[in-house]
Amino acid sequence: MSEAKPAAPFEPKVVAYCCTYCAYTAGDLAGSMRLEYAPNVRVVKILCTGKIDAILLLRAFEDGADAVYVAGCALGDCHFQEGNLRAIQTVAYAKKLLAETGLEPERLEFFHVPASAGPLFAQRADEMTDRARKLGPNPLRGTARQPAGGKLAREPDPHPPLPPAKLGKLVRATER
Amino acid sequence: MVAAFRDAFAQKEFVVTAEIGPPKGTDISELVHHVDLLKDKVDGLNVTDNQSSVMRISSLAICRVILEHGGEPILQLTCRDRNRLALQSELLSASVLGVHNVLCLTGDYVSVGDHPQAKPVFDLDSVQLLQTVGLLNRGKDLSGSDLQGKTDFFAGAVVTPEADPIEPQLVKFRKKIAAGAKFIQTQAIYDLDNFRRFMEQARKHDVKIMAGIVLLVSAGMARYMNKNVPGIFVPDKLIDEMAQAPKGKGIEAGIAIAGRMIRQLREEKVCDGVHIMAIGKEGRVPDILRAAQ
Amino acid sequence: MIVAKRKPLEQIEAMLEGFEKILIVGCGTCVAVCMAGGEKEVELLAAELRMRSKLQGRPRTIDEMTVTRQCDKEYLDQLAKYVADYDAILSTGCGAGVQFLAERYDDKIVLPALNTLFIGVAEGPGVWSQRCTACSECILDQTGGICPMTICAKNLLNGPCGGTNHGKCEVDGQKDCAWTLIYRRLEKLGRLDLLEKIQPPKNYGAMTKPGRFTHEAFQQAEHREE
Repeated sequence: MSEAKPAAPFEPKVVAYCCTYCAYTAGDLAGSMRLEYAPNVRVVKILCTGKIDAILLLRAFEDGADAVYVAGCALGDCHFQEGNLRAIQTVAYAKKLLAETGLEPERLEFFHVPASAGPLFAQRADEMTDRARKLGPNPLRGTARQPAGGKLAREPDPHPPLPPAKLGKLVRATER
Repeated sequence: MVAAFRDAFAQKEFVVTAEIGPPKGTDISELVHHVDLLKDKVDGLNVTDNQSSVMRISSLAICRVILEHGGEPILQLTCRDRNRLALQSELLSASVLGVHNVLCLTGDYVSVGDHPQAKPVFDLDSVQLLQTVGLLNRGKDLSGSDLQGKTDFFAGAVVTPEADPIEPQLVKFRKKIAAGAKFIQTQAIYDLDNFRRFMEQARKHDVKIMAGIVLLVSAGMARYMNKNVPGIFVPDKLIDEMAQAPKGKGIEAGIAIAGRMIRQLREEKVCDGVHIMAIGKEGRVPDILRAAQ
Repeated sequence: MIVAKRKPLEQIEAMLEGFEKILIVGCGTCVAVCMAGGEKEVELLAAELRMRSKLQGRPRTIDEMTVTRQCDKEYLDQLAKYVADYDAILSTGCGAGVQFLAERYDDKIVLPALNTLFIGVAEGPGVWSQRCTACSECILDQTGGICPMTICAKNLLNGPCGGTNHGKCEVDGQKDCAWTLIYRRLEKLGRLDLLEKIQPPKNYGAMTKPGRFTHEAFQQAEHREE
């Protein structure tokens, strides 16, 4: 491989999971305000950050994302009461798992982005893109060929249907 | 040769025992020195059993050494390291070797000692162990089989007079007496008023009570015990007395305090005796006895 | 239910050393409830292992399949079609599940991904504590519903011991003294008289391992077949 020409600077792929009521609204506002921010950010609109599972975050990295962040409401403002609190815990856990796999946990972050904070939305997008640029490309980019998740050597049978649940049903002796 | 420990209660108004901690290893020269020092000054010598879950020579071996030197040993037997077979076997062995006093204890947990990964046994608890001693004394073992020759143990147990809450401790105290405890050596006490209150409860039962006296060597030790040892409360007054002692002379203040308490307990006939625990300082026990006169 | 937790990843990696096609088999019952080995956790573990192997440049196929339970033969039979294709099976079942799987597919290498902890209850989301030691002779009626075999570190039947400290256990200052709890509970229920009885030594013979139990309804059938 010749190294005559310097490689083109790599453009990070950043995924942003944004909650509907705050972060995505802030994103809309940033658009209305014609704010410029890094085009590397792919925004995924979710109803509430509380829905985020660690597997979503890990899968994003497995499929080649260079940085991922979860943007939710300010503390106390979550439309669904505690969604952002759960998201903070989940992101902390996912950072640990990420460190276990060998990737830098700094690639993953949680931010509070209130609905009215258009400029903050843009700022965080730039911040994470910058971080991804400094940390370098995700080494898993090249191998992210197989679709996310493992596939069995052969298709599985669906599980046999379980009998109707009798647990948790109060049966009164007088009604027999 | 001293009189048997159990006879001391009948012959004297105030019985005194002390404690010997076996070493970790086979060198018992210092221990023998302490045995010779104390054997004639006390009515019985307790030998601890892997105290604080730290592995040491077994209590039984040292009890035999004490007998060979003319002392009167009290075997301490815990439930931590032996199942019911080994406990009964140890008791029969003790009897054969001439040991007839036993203090039945549950035992500290393995995690506080130097082999924290050991498997704790606790097949029996102290109450069941007392019942077992009673069975062996009547010529039977726990399986119901007859013994070829019974034992004649004078059995005792421990109580913590300053336990908080006190009610569960009193329930256990009653059970131990029902199970056959004939003498009780208490956990260390420092507050005589509290102890007197405890004795009001204890006097309802037919059992000999010996107050536990632990020698303080410094104010720091007193504070440490208050914080870390369950059931021991050193009042501030005594901590101050310890703190006021000149540097390096803390132990003298401790001896004075211990002597004073023993004298008070004896003169006011609060209980039937004292059990002196001078951990690591067995050589100073004669000084405590002198201070108590 | 049975509570377990995932082994540290280094241990799992050490077990998987040298294997290239791995099937992670999850269990949808106890370990799913305690978030150690259910379908979701299997997905996470598989993703982590795949990412590690790719980052280290070692090719590895890691597939996933979660069955309802690993302690019933019917559910293990579902794996029959697939196991032949893999070098090793990493089971996220409890110790019983791993063993049953290994028994059923005894020509395959079956590895445990979890450390099984205890029979316990959920005190809150993500927090489980032990309640039962499966001692085969339950005396919860005599202790107000608090188990001395489990909650007492020394499994005393006539407690407390001298190490009880303001209602906490000498072994761990965060843990409650079982016998103080029992005393308070019986006091509340007005049944302190139960404590005066001296409990006899425990029958450890009932706990001889490995345990085996045949339901009475099925004992007749066993006889007839003979």
